[in-house]
Amino acid sequence: MAARPERVAVMDHLDRLEAESLHILREVAATAHRPVLLYSIGKDSSVLLHLLLKAFRPGRPPMPLLHIDTGWKFREMIEFRDRRVAETGVELIVHVNEEGRARGIGPISHGASVHVDVMKVAALKQALDRGGFDMAIGGARRDEEKSRAKERVFSFRSAQHRWDPRNQRPELWNLYNTRLGPGESVRVFPLSNWTELDVWQYIRREAIPVVPLYFAAERPVVERDGTLIMVDDARLPLQPGETPQRRRVRFRSLGCYPLTAALESAATTLDAVIAEMQASRQSERAGRVLDHSAGTSLEQKKREGHF
Amino acid sequence: MAALTQLRLLTCGSVDDGKSTLIGRLLADAGVVPDDLLGQLALDSRRYGTCGDALDYALLLDGLQDEREQGITIDVAWRYFATPRRSFIVADCPGHEQYTRNMATGASACELAVVLVDAGAGLKTQTRRHTYIAALLGIRHVVLAVNKMDRVDYAEQGFRAIEAEYRALAARLGVAQVTCIPVAAVHGDMLVQRGVRMPWYRGPTLLEYLETVVVDDPAATSAFRLPVQWVNRPDAGFRGYAGSVAAGTAAVGDTLVVLPSGRRTTLLRVLGADGESGRAGNGEAVTLVLADDLDIARGDVLAAAGDPPALADQFAAHLLWLGDAPLLPGRPYELRIGTRSTIAQVSEIRHRVDVNTQEHLAARRLELNAIGEVQLSLDQAIAFEPYAVNRILGGFILVDRISHATVAAGMLDFALRRAANIHWQHLDVGKTVRAALKGQHPRCLWFTGLSGAGKSTIANAVERRLLALGHHTYLLDGDNIRHGLNRDLGFTDEDRVENIRRVAEVARLMVDAGLIVLVSFISPFRAERRMARERFASGEFIEVFVDAPLALCEQRDVKGLYAKARAGQLQHFTGIDSPYEPPEAPELHLHADRDSALAMAEQVVRAALADDRA
Repeated sequence: MAARPERVAVMDHLDRLEAESLHILREVAATAHRPVLLYSIGKDSSVLLHLLLKAFRPGRPPMPLLHIDTGWKFREMIEFRDRRVAETGVELIVHVNEEGRARGIGPISHGASVHVDVMKVAALKQALDRGGFDMAIGGARRDEEKSRAKERVFSFRSAQHRWDPRNQRPELWNLYNTRLGPGESVRVFPLSNWTELDVWQYIRREAIPVVPLYFAAERPVVERDGTLIMVDDARLPLQPGETPQRRRVRFRSLGCYPLTAALESAATTLDAVIAEMQASRQSERAGRVLDHSAGTSLEQKKREGHF
Repeated sequence: MAALTQLRLLTCGSVDDGKSTLIGRLLADAGVVPDDLLGQLALDSRRYGTCGDALDYALLLDGLQDEREQGITIDVAWRYFATPRRSFIVADCPGHEQYTRNMATGASACELAVVLVDAGAGLKTQTRRHTYIAALLGIRHVVLAVNKMDRVDYAEQGFRAIEAEYRALAARLGVAQVTCIPVAAVHGDMLVQRGVRMPWYRGPTLLEYLETVVVDDPAATSAFRLPVQWVNRPDAGFRGYAGSVAAGTAAVGDTLVVLPSGRRTTLLRVLGADGESGRAGNGEAVTLVLADDLDIARGDVLAAAGDPPALADQFAAHLLWLGDAPLLPGRPYELRIGTRSTIAQVSEIRHRVDVNTQEHLAARRLELNAIGEVQLSLDQAIAFEPYAVNRILGGFILVDRISHATVAAGMLDFALRRAANIHWQHLDVGKTVRAALKGQHPRCLWFTGLSGAGKSTIANAVERRLLALGHHTYLLDGDNIRHGLNRDLGFTDEDRVENIRRVAEVARLMVDAGLIVLVSFISPFRAERRMARERFASGEFIEVFVDAPLALCEQRDVKGLYAKARAGQLQHFTGIDSPYEPPEAPELHLHADRDSALAMAEQVVRAALADDRA
């Protein structure tokens, strides 16, 4: 019989967060009829995918990934997505709201709000309904925004995908009530207790691949209302006299390219990105155009079914 | 960068104590609030604030729109920040009594509580309530932050009086470690900066204390326990048991016991978060590979063989009611503990605890936010630890079986009766083997019906016939059992229930021995027949309803009992002054007023041997 180690190993904060997330992922696998992991290609999704592979090895993850493609993601995001799927061998479902696409819905022609409603929120509901998914895992973190601070890890949605912040199930210890009624579903957030800094530190510790857009490089951008928007393809109409400039930029958060602000940066490595973030005096969602429209717009979006 | 440890803490107090201000100011002074949020705070302070032109730090915290407008914090809000010394997760809890459930939810995740009081007002009812709930949920470290010292001229005397009173209270409520800190949150004194106004205080600032306090998890050094969460079986070549370690450490080569089956095996491999590892430590999410191919499922507990947890199905527990509809004793709820899910009922509410005074009050039900000490009865034995020893193997929730709402949080205190220290002994020879040797499918044929309906006559004929066919049988007859095993029981409802429980248990043992058992008991109540049925595997229990009209039975009156009952010489006689509840869906419904005893016996024999012919 092996000698029992005398010392009790101390788990650091990343170890504790990782263990908690693995526990949540396994709880989903053990209790869902048809689970899915919402993969949005960003850094949080990269961490989720990494944890998913860890939780179920040596086997393959017992659930597919789902990407809601709005048609306006950065080209590098789509390349990265397809590369990671090939490398890891996970199953990927890509869903596009075809009705929205047929109507030509986009952030430039219809504005950010309509675009997000149709190509993201409605598209997600379609994909979940069509797939018959009862548990959908997402990468949201409670520290991202005030209204997320009170969200549960297992967050219930009515048959209409609505979230009722006043009627949430109490969550005690690591015991999750996973019982669902007909048509009800649950959104599960294994990274609830992670901060943005935790995510980057974990990416560094585990050497997790992320989209290169997170690192500074010379990219073609235009400056509008004080924000830098990358000219990722020819669909971005240039205003009279406007010419894309090559600036050294990177992104802190990734979404649809016309809605995502770049920041000037020289950070080309993980160490530099983390150092820059620790010195930064801006919150993470400052670069998301959608969030500025009203004081609590994300809360409103969530009630309507936004992830 | 050196590894950071994490501290999960709870803050409790009300708006009046300046709790939101304290946390908001702590975060701002610790330098963790981003500039754009401080800019937003300046806007919000003018729009919603209560501090005139100054920043209202409380607004950094109150998250949801409704709450912001009402000016109260109704739900647990989770806050995250890190200093160079530690990473913090803060469960910011509402203070009012109607949010006791929210506070308990926050406390369940935390290692330490910061309880706020107003220096001008001293200890209040809610201080006592918050401390009680924190202690009940197992928090061993409490910081008493005596706020608004600016309103009492930063005087030491008042602080010391509050401190002395609180230490006495905390000791009575069972809090292991108490630290009291005087603060003035609006000005930031003793939060991050010491300030210059309280030179008489020599202890740590709040942040300093939170950065350095050592909170040991007693489970870390206890014997190994792991509730099996998910069986990992990607292909025939691998079978692993995934779960999170609830206590202790197991190393490759250790002997483990599987509970409740009692099978022992050896730990062969550990797959940890970073792959192959020689050990599985407390708190880690691992996958274990065992030496033997055992039948292990989600809900089972793997434990150190030399020091396993006890098994029990009856408990004394504390229950906090979270549901809008009240707890009713006797109603079955789904109980979740560790990774196990089972059915439980509260058999008795011993008393309700007044959350403000901790007085014990009589109660027949528990309403929302009520805390009670109860007796809990489960439909199967589980491996457990008292909550004070292990939160994971002692903390449970109850789920309503219809609405699926989480209606209670509970903490097991101890097991009731003999069950506590009796471990299930695994036996190598099982029911299947015993039955195979006898060449039969074990069964329980349960005859129910009025006295005089013909149960014993039919059962007797069935047994003779089975014997002739070479089967191994036993007949348990109501009257005969009352001469021996059940001679201490009368005919009250309570005794009838116990009468059936015993005979059902004996029948189960005999079926386990491989026999075909015939039970001939009036067994008038549906609930007890269901209880008997639930002791058997599917298909094993055959309920035979011997249906005869009361008039016919009374006319037969073989034992002269109806006459006695009618004459008032016999109390509690079924059909006369005690009810008979006919079965709703028996496997066999015999009509004793229509068919002969032999014909009915033949029907029963066919049902008993159904599988043998197939």
